[in-house]
Amino acid sequence: MNGDHSPAHGPRRAVAEVAGQPPGDVASYYGRPVLKTPVWEWKVAAYLFTGGLAAGTAVIAAGADLTGAARLRRACWLGSLGALLASLVLLVADLGRPERFHHMLRVAKPTSPMSVGTWILSAFGPGVGAAAIWEMVPVRWRSSWPARLLRAVSRGLGLASAATAPGVATYTAALLSHTAVPGWQEVRAELPFVFAGSAAASGGGFGMLAAPVLEAAPARRFAALGATGELVASRLMEQRMGLIREVYHQGAAGRRRRGAELLTLAGLAGTVLVAGRSRAGAAASGLALLGGSALQRFGVFEAGVASTKDPRYTVVPQRERLDAAARDRSAVTG
Amino acid sequence: MTERNLLFGPEDDVSRDSGYDEHPPRVGFFTDTSVCIGCKACEVACKEWNHVPEDGLDLLGMSMDNTGMLGANSWRHVAFVEQRRPAGQEGGWSLPDEMTAQVEPRLRAAPRGGSELGTTPLPSPGSGAVQDLGMPTFSRPGDGTGAEARTDFRWLMESDVCKHCTHAGCLDVCPTGALFRTEFGTVVVQQDICNGCGYCVSGCPYGVIDRRPGDGRANKCTLCYDRLHDGLEPACAKACPTQSIQFGELDELRERADRRLAELHGQGVAEAELYGRDPDDGVGGHGALFLLLDKPEVYGLPPDPVVPTRFAPEIWRRVGTAAAAFAVAGIGAFVSAAFGNRR
Ligand code: SF4
Ligand code: SF4
Repeated sequence: MNGDHSPAHGPRRAVAEVAGQPPGDVASYYGRPVLKTPVWEWKVAAYLFTGGLAAGTAVIAAGADLTGAARLRRACWLGSLGALLASLVLLVADLGRPERFHHMLRVAKPTSPMSVGTWILSAFGPGVGAAAIWEMVPVRWRSSWPARLLRAVSRGLGLASAATAPGVATYTAALLSHTAVPGWQEVRAELPFVFAGSAAASGGGFGMLAAPVLEAAPARRFAALGATGELVASRLMEQRMGLIREVYHQGAAGRRRRGAELLTLAGLAGTVLVAGRSRAGAAASGLALLGGSALQRFGVFEAGVASTKDPRYTVVPQRERLDAAARDRSAVTG
Repeated sequence: MTERNLLFGPEDDVSRDSGYDEHPPRVGFFTDTSVCIGCKACEVACKEWNHVPEDGLDLLGMSMDNTGMLGANSWRHVAFVEQRRPAGQEGGWSLPDEMTAQVEPRLRAAPRGGSELGTTPLPSPGSGAVQDLGMPTFSRPGDGTGAEARTDFRWLMESDVCKHCTHAGCLDVCPTGALFRTEFGTVVVQQDICNGCGYCVSGCPYGVIDRRPGDGRANKCTLCYDRLHDGLEPACAKACPTQSIQFGELDELRERADRRLAELHGQGVAEAELYGRDPDDGVGGHGALFLLLDKPEVYGLPPDPVVPTRFAPEIWRRVGTAAAAFAVAGIGAFVSAAFGNRR
């Protein structure tokens, strides 16, 4: 993919250099877009965040369960269920025919990341629900035998859910990249890592926000690893971009991505320096990480949408590819 | 996977690979734009036969094109390209910049950047604003500017339609199975299944399929699936008075397209090219071929589209690696806890 583009330096000149044509002279049909702009609304961008959060918190909750950190476990299972419910509402509301949401369960289609995602979420959801329900059982009933049975079952289901969480955290990158949208397709190599990091940072951030400092050490480590991964992957992604770098820099998408980087950096610094010592510091760092993760998702989403509105992002790389192939052919024959 | 390229590449028998053991031959269109006269009979016949609702009455300033693009409510779209070049020159046709300049601000101001065309009208410009549609005047070309500035002029017309791709991005990504491959090798949405998730809209590399506002479901050309069952040709091909739209078996259409191209090249129309003819292209070739008289992008078509599914193996490999990294980070965060550390 990346070999298809030479780096873009400025909005118009980039095109001229890439296509070897006079500035701004990319043939188009009255400047009209070639592609349809996604019909997905902000709800899908918001889901990218809530889905990642549900996955990140589930991993921490399961780890807390296994290591006996009860308050971290409780906060994260409840957080995971909340994020999951929000996700489902957002996803169903974005459908053109919400009452037909269950048609997603008619088939299992490996060529459709949305179908794959539906089944991953179906595997993930029930365990999160069961684990969170047990957390809601009042303490005075917990020693009764039905509660103990529920605990045994929900614990197993919750741990199994956590095993599918990595899929929940990352399949959304495939969902976006497996499209004709230049701004999403061309970042297919790096986006899964950006989203995985973003999900871990938000999950860890939530743990730091909701659990006492003493129990939250693993959440801090998970958040720090995630934030570092996201920052590095996001920078790398930007370095390798061709013409579409413009849509990642300009307008609302550019502002959100810059905001995401700042908040994530601040959250990371806070996580390493103060979150282990002060509850307020932990909460502030957690909030910064959550905000950074959300902005990252909106930034990537909007950059893709913007890349469909201008025919250049579709035409220039394709024309370049054709011209290069023609040059190769004439080099062979001539 | 030599002759059965399920994700991308040439495929001899799409219907068989979609599960039809016995099936009629693959059919499609050959749209020869060199004989299109821009009458829009195809647009009208399609709307009539398929009960496609109006896409908004709008004057777009794109020559005689007031449809603008294929969309949920426009399954045939006739593109009009007015081109000029300095008189007497060879090649070098271009759309006058002032025409694009008239159109572009309205496209930019539209919420979907103009890709709502073919589905809904563009928002109208501020009330009372006079819109210059670039209509011709009665003076002769060059009267005002002197003979040197005279230009040659040509008018391209092309009736666009869903390509019924061999590897259809829309179909591959549809999570409900609403989009399916028919026994004729065409690609159709089942309206009773579609839940309007909108994935197909972003999966199509040609900007063809769209969600119908108010209805919420995806819509596009069906290649008149109902008429095919009754042995009839699609309504647009039936209505086309110049046989610019030809319907038939795909193998035969490909030969016809090759013959027509050779004929035009023989007549000195060197710029004629086929679009969607090559089974080795990014979508495995079209079911609906075109003969164009300029580069595809001049008609608003992508020059080298690729089905997103082609990248699926690479995408899932990367997702798998990222998921593993996420899991390792999660385990790592706790393993150090289990070994009792301070922070
Ligand atoms: S991908 Fe687009 S052009 Fe191809 S069959 Fe689907 S809607 Fe038609
Ligand atoms: S909108 Fe309908 S046809 Fe398109 S992908 Fe979704 S379910 Fe399939």
